[in-house]
Amino acid sequence: MTAQPNNDFVQEVVARGGDSVTMCFQCGTCTASCPSGRQTSFRTRKLVRMAQLGLKDEVLNSEELWYCTTCYTCTERCPRNVAIVDIIIAMRNMAVAEGKMFDGHRKTAQSFVKNGHTVPISAEVKAQRKAMGLPEVPPTVLANEKAMADFDKILKATGFKKTIGE
Amino acid sequence: MAKYAFFLGCIAPLRYPGIEKSTRVVAEAMGIELVDLTDASCCPAPGVIRAFDKKTWLAAAARNLALAEKAGLDILTICNGCYGSLFDAAHELHADKNLLKEVNEILKEVGLKYSGKTNVRHFAEVLYNDVGVENIKAKITNPVGYRVATFYGCHFLKPSDIKQLDDPENPKMLDDLVEATGAVSLYRKDKMMCCGAGGGLRSQFGDSAMKFTEENLKNMVDAGSEMIVDICPFCHLQFDRAQADLKGYALPVLHLSQLYGIALGMDRKELGLDAHVTPVKL
Repeated sequence: MTAQPNNDFVQEVVARGGDSVTMCFQCGTCTASCPSGRQTSFRTRKLVRMAQLGLKDEVLNSEELWYCTTCYTCTERCPRNVAIVDIIIAMRNMAVAEGKMFDGHRKTAQSFVKNGHTVPISAEVKAQRKAMGLPEVPPTVLANEKAMADFDKILKATGFKKTIGE
Repeated sequence: MAKYAFFLGCIAPLRYPGIEKSTRVVAEAMGIELVDLTDASCCPAPGVIRAFDKKTWLAAAARNLALAEKAGLDILTICNGCYGSLFDAAHELHADKNLLKEVNEILKEVGLKYSGKTNVRHFAEVLYNDVGVENIKAKITNPVGYRVATFYGCHFLKPSDIKQLDDPENPKMLDDLVEATGAVSLYRKDKMMCCGAGGGLRSQFGDSAMKFTEENLKNMVDAGSEMIVDICPFCHLQFDRAQADLKGYALPVLHLSQLYGIALGMDRKELGLDAHVTPVKL
């Protein structure tokens, strides 16, 4: 099968904050610096080149897009000041907007929606907190229904709940 | 006394409350007044939430920033993820007035407005830049002699063009802060390598995250380290829990606030050390 370049793809990456994507001249400093590339098939330079070439489907469907830990080592070392992490975030946002997301990530997003935090509170932690003289429930959205309702309104306004299929 | 809005985040209060407790005690001892930033949510997490939808990430971060602005205080964080998200979001909103306007349209729904005044600080750099290493040394009552592997994490110093705290490849801030307690910070191979948890790796590709963690642990042990001192509850969780699954490693994992708690003579129970997965034998 021949790859089908999508000429609008790079423009969308630019519009979503990855405007430095066109500056990359493929030196490979990013790939050489990448701790994820040491142990996985993730090749940072290749991903950026695929974006430049408009290989939208290949990028948005690739598991490698999600192998970056956002450690910023590539961004720090890039001789062309390409904000590689921003480009990866832009492309992940595009994948998610098309409904392409992994269950492990969706679960974190679901907890964020439900609890206002990426992890829920547990009875064990409540007991630990109490024993230390801390309030059982921390003074965050968890402790105030009105604050939780406000947080929920924000997620409704941005469409996040719909995005993750809630 | 310097006063800050204390931003708790998720992992510290909900998984390692000893980090929260020791921060409260240590801050007071160091002359930093912490006022709870009540009603705050997750920062939101730079890994999954920013990667899913940047607009949501910005809007929820702006709500937290606006709550601090309303209280008239700068934010103090104890987590690199919170620091990264809130600092980066504040930076973007400061640089792009149209974006700020767009976000304020959303905040209007909950009766808030963010004008861009909140500074975002990390506990470690507040200790270093505002309290100062010499003043810290003078306050230490219970000096320690641990041989430490310092763990900076990624989002504390990077992206360095906006953080401008220290050299991202060869920093000294955390090493100096650790050595202020009498401990020794040991140099090691690949000292600045990521723990592996970030970017959604831990939640979806745990085996891959574990490879990062094991490589770091090996380098720490090879250098002769007897404990890890971090400044991020997420790196902390990754190192603490990973060692239960990896054979042959037993390095206690302490957040800087817990190390300082020990050096200030805090009770072991208050530090929450017994709730760690990897036993903390001191």
